[in-house]
Amino acid sequence: MTTATTGTAAAKAGANAGKAKPATMAQALQRAMRDAMAEDPTVHVMGEDVGTLGGVFRVTDGLAKEFGEDRCTDTPLAEAGILGAAVGMAMYGLRPVVEMQFDAFAYPAFEQLISHVAKMRNRTRGAMPMPIVIRVPYGGGIGGVEHHSDSSEAYYMATPGLHVVTPATVEDAYGLLRAAIASDDPVVFLEPKRLYWSKSDWSPEAPAPVEPIGKAVVRRQGTGATLITYGPSVPVCLEAAEAAQAEGWDLEVVDLRSLVPFDDETVCASVRRTGRAVVVHESTGFGGPGAEIAARVTERCFHHLEAPVLRVAGFDIPYPPPMLERHHLPGVDRVLDAVARLQWEAGS
Amino acid sequence: MDSLQQRSSTVQEPPGAVPAYRPTPPPAWQPRTDPAPLLPDTEPLRVLGTDAVADADPALLLRLYAELIRGRRYNTQATALTKQGRLAVYPSTHGQEACEIAAALALEERDWLFPSYRDTLAAVARGLDPVQALTLLRGDWHTGYDPHEHRIAPLSTPLATQLPHAVGLAHAARLKGDDVVALAMVGDGGTSEGDFHEALNFAAVWQAPVVFLVQNNGFAISVPLAKQTAAPSLAHKAVGYGMPGRLVDGNDAIAVHQVLTEAVARARRGGGPTLVEAITYRIDAHTNADDATRYRAAGEVETWRAHDPILILERELTERGLLDEDGRRAAAEAAETMAAELRERMNADPVLNPMDLFSHVYAEQTTQLREQAAQLRAELEAEGEA
Ligand SMILES: Cc1ncc(C[n+]2csc(CCOP(=O)(O)OP(=O)(O)O)c2C)c(N)n1
Repeated sequence: MTTATTGTAAAKAGANAGKAKPATMAQALQRAMRDAMAEDPTVHVMGEDVGTLGGVFRVTDGLAKEFGEDRCTDTPLAEAGILGAAVGMAMYGLRPVVEMQFDAFAYPAFEQLISHVAKMRNRTRGAMPMPIVIRVPYGGGIGGVEHHSDSSEAYYMATPGLHVVTPATVEDAYGLLRAAIASDDPVVFLEPKRLYWSKSDWSPEAPAPVEPIGKAVVRRQGTGATLITYGPSVPVCLEAAEAAQAEGWDLEVVDLRSLVPFDDETVCASVRRTGRAVVVHESTGFGGPGAEIAARVTERCFHHLEAPVLRVAGFDIPYPPPMLERHHLPGVDRVLDAVARLQWEAGS
Repeated sequence: MDSLQQRSSTVQEPPGAVPAYRPTPPPAWQPRTDPAPLLPDTEPLRVLGTDAVADADPALLLRLYAELIRGRRYNTQATALTKQGRLAVYPSTHGQEACEIAAALALEERDWLFPSYRDTLAAVARGLDPVQALTLLRGDWHTGYDPHEHRIAPLSTPLATQLPHAVGLAHAARLKGDDVVALAMVGDGGTSEGDFHEALNFAAVWQAPVVFLVQNNGFAISVPLAKQTAAPSLAHKAVGYGMPGRLVDGNDAIAVHQVLTEAVARARRGGGPTLVEAITYRIDAHTNADDATRYRAAGEVETWRAHDPILILERELTERGLLDEDGRRAAAEAAETMAAELRERMNADPVLNPMDLFSHVYAEQTTQLREQAAQLRAELEAEGEA
């Protein structure tokens, strides 16, 4: 698959979008795959239960029926095998989109991901690209038992050669997945599973924007401080920003959408305007994504900062059992507490 | 290469003929073991309904019957608890009670069980408190018991990952001179994972005292066995690693007990590992959250209902005069008592301490976790005051 063809595929996506109104994020993702498969016969979907069942979250529902089992394949139950086979398929010109059933069940595939998927382009001096999308439902908040709620983005971010993308809205779910499939590089596509059933006002007539991977977006404008966030924490931050209004704090919310590449420009432009920043995510804080983000912001915006960049993250513990997860997940109150600390730091 | 050249220079070829390529024979090589004794029988072992049942110990038959009735009731009770929101999720073993229970009962007290998330019944049959067996699925903690107390490893959610652990534990026990056997349970889907293959290989190379039990219930969530393997049977996989593979009717409690008892005895006397495949069927959906009508026909389920593990054992016991109406009632009543107690205890809200989040991450608390614990404590106090 050449870049030229994929470029066309990406460009056509806008025109093809909006055939039917996607009610939920899960449906938007499904339509992104359907549209990509219809346009490009080299796109193949595979994983555990993705065929007849349509995936445990029904994200691949109907694809096997429409495109046949060779294009949407129920594989044997082996994540290393799934991703390893995808490597070979990509070597031969296909564009595999693989589903890892849950965040913590992707770990058996790490050897393939880290040693091969991420490094193949580099090892072969560009001769062997890996246009693979690895879809991973991730994160907590749905009452899942252990191994069903991990936020593994830090592992992926720490691996050069991978893109790491995570949508927070229905529109982005469509647009980013189209871009991920069109990408000639491997993309770890993290799907916030507690947003699978979130809905949008996305009008079916409106073209679905296919954004290039790597652009953050300002979800809410404000002047007092910037909340830098992504995925499942975006709605939390928007809610916190609304609540903060009552306290007289006018917060800006930046949705990163892509962790790798990182959009320093949008983030720093925002922080330079507001002078204060809090990074919010539900994965653990120590050695987590927020550490990188806070460091970058500090390096680039030091003279504009009125307070240190703060982090609101999950605790540094294995993901807790469902009955205790609310104490672990960063909610509106913890975000507001951090904002309050920013104000205090500024005044001192 | 050398030998080829040599040959062409020494062998007289008829004029004009192309010299025939004759590869050198490989050095003498023998498979290490004759595969024949390792190969499973073509038919799964059945005892119930055959003459062999005459050899079965009536006390064992009755014990298995009572346990199966209890196990079935446990399944229906736990499923009911999901509907009442008392359990987050329950993967029922309705239809698989015979493998679960007969396998667990083949172990001695000092042996270890390595269950998957589906194997609550095996754990309960081994004496685990029925409520503790459900903690993972209720969501108050990941493992509701001390594994050392009953020698039951935590119910494993990631598939097949507990199998290498079973090998390691059994190996360690043998190094220590203990005659302990580990029984590791896995589903048909789990046999596709790399961990399954690595565990079998280690076990065979080390001749570790492990028994692997595959409960082949036909499906891995929605994926049927035919999409999981092209092998003649899952038990055949044993041969490639150098261990015996056995096939058993997983709904025949006596047959399962017999095969497992032999495999455990073999492991205990230093004979090495065995791979047992029990052919059974998952009557219920994968979990209460799954819609099985999407991937299988009702007719298939009905065929298997006719081969229900309780039904076939009950028929045998009745025919042999070991079970009458009173016996049936007694078993049912005992099961009902268990269910009532389970229901009552599960209906009480577990008392949780959120501070436990930090208690068992490390043997010694880190500074960071102490800070985070203080933060949570302050939040909880503020909540309490509010
Ligand atoms: C490593 C891993 N991958 C995926 C899953 C998700 N998952 C849970 S159960 C299941 C099917 C298991 O089927 P099988 O091994 O046949 O066992 P059964 O559920 O039938 O007992 C899958 C795919 C998992 N738990 N672990």
